[in-house]
Amino acid sequence: MHDFEYIRPKTIDEAVSFLDVHGPDARILAGGTDLLIQLRNNDIQPSFVLDLKNIPELQTGIQMKNGFVSIGATVTMSELIMNPLIDRYFPALIDAAEVVGSVQIRNRATLVGNICNASPAADSAPPLLVYGAEVIAVGSKEARHIPLNDFFVRSGVTILQKGEFVASIELPVPRKKMGAAHVRRTRRRGHDLASVTLCCGVEETGTVRLCYGSVGPRPILVVDESGVLADERASEEAKAAIFESMFAQASPSKKSMRASPAYRLAMLRVLGRQALKLALERLHEGGK
Amino acid sequence: MEKLVPIEMNINYQHYRLNVSPIKRLLDVLREDLDLIGTKECCGIGECGACTVLVNGRAINSCLMLAVEADGADILTAEGLSNNGRLDSLQEAFLEKGAVQCGFCIPGQLIAAKYLLTQNPHPTRQEVEEGMAGNLCRCGGYERIIDAVISVAEKGEKQK
Repeated sequence: MHDFEYIRPKTIDEAVSFLDVHGPDARILAGGTDLLIQLRNNDIQPSFVLDLKNIPELQTGIQMKNGFVSIGATVTMSELIMNPLIDRYFPALIDAAEVVGSVQIRNRATLVGNICNASPAADSAPPLLVYGAEVIAVGSKEARHIPLNDFFVRSGVTILQKGEFVASIELPVPRKKMGAAHVRRTRRRGHDLASVTLCCGVEETGTVRLCYGSVGPRPILVVDESGVLADERASEEAKAAIFESMFAQASPSKKSMRASPAYRLAMLRVLGRQALKLALERLHEGGK
Repeated sequence: MEKLVPIEMNINYQHYRLNVSPIKRLLDVLREDLDLIGTKECCGIGECGACTVLVNGRAINSCLMLAVEADGADILTAEGLSNNGRLDSLQEAFLEKGAVQCGFCIPGQLIAAKYLLTQNPHPTRQEVEEGMAGNLCRCGGYERIIDAVISVAEKGEKQK
């Protein structure tokens, strides 16, 4: 590991001022499950590592505030899984958090960190996009509310500007009854990065929100308002045609080690049907 | 030049004040500075679980945590499992079930099992598999490791 100085700010302002000056030479640390590997491999050699975990303003945990559930920057995957608010309104996010790494990783890895790394395979991205998440970014200017769909640019790149970091993620409590489920394909059970991730959300009106990851430079969100996918009387052919148009934006890389493009595209279709079935079951169980 | 950072930790119920280099991982400080070599380094990237310790009661990979992040924390390593020479019930069970082959992964397995049983005192076999998926055993001794964990859970049940 290359030498760096460890910075532990106590306030958001302190962190922002530091990043204003040293931004390009600093890396932000929350859970550290990705950062420590990059430091160890000397993939990155920052002069400063700025630890956000001692800033009380960021230790807001998971709370309900006027129609939104807010998830603070230090909330770990394990905390997410055990939270009753998330279980009640956003179960597909729990599906995703449960398959991140191992218990040891989930006890440290944060939801916000998973989003900020902007991996195309990030497990939490599809459910967050289906649920319409917004990212709250703080920096030297006024805090910004950024729809998550505008946040991702490509693998490893977000629209965060120099000196900005994410203080929390907000999820609107669904107004309409909705069922949602997240599924993934990996090479082995247990902890592995996903070859394909997919989340499907069905509203009681029949609108389907589908988001898939790991089949292109960033996760893709598509919405279908035809009602065909949720219609029990619709033919398999009609449903397949809707799925085909929804998957049109998938463009898996030929260079990835984990799976070939052909395999990923085939699995996308399988996962789509699987997640739709689960989502409909949850919708009929009373909306979850 | 690296700037040393003063930190305090409770490790295995003992208080430590240390000046650590910010680039040292918790794993490095345990092994190199404190000679607590039960905690092993194997993959170094959070995939094998050989370096598992409890930090404030939660199982984590000590290869993915800087020592400076553990400032103020309570830490339990495999060395802290036994009490005055009396083995922990998990350690007894691992011996009884023949769960230890080469032994390298065992300190991490024990800590992961300790954590699992505090979270879920009566796990099913599948829950043990899931809960310990982050601990690899290159000898392939999984069945006996799981037997050992379940036998401790069952003994706990009988005592009640």
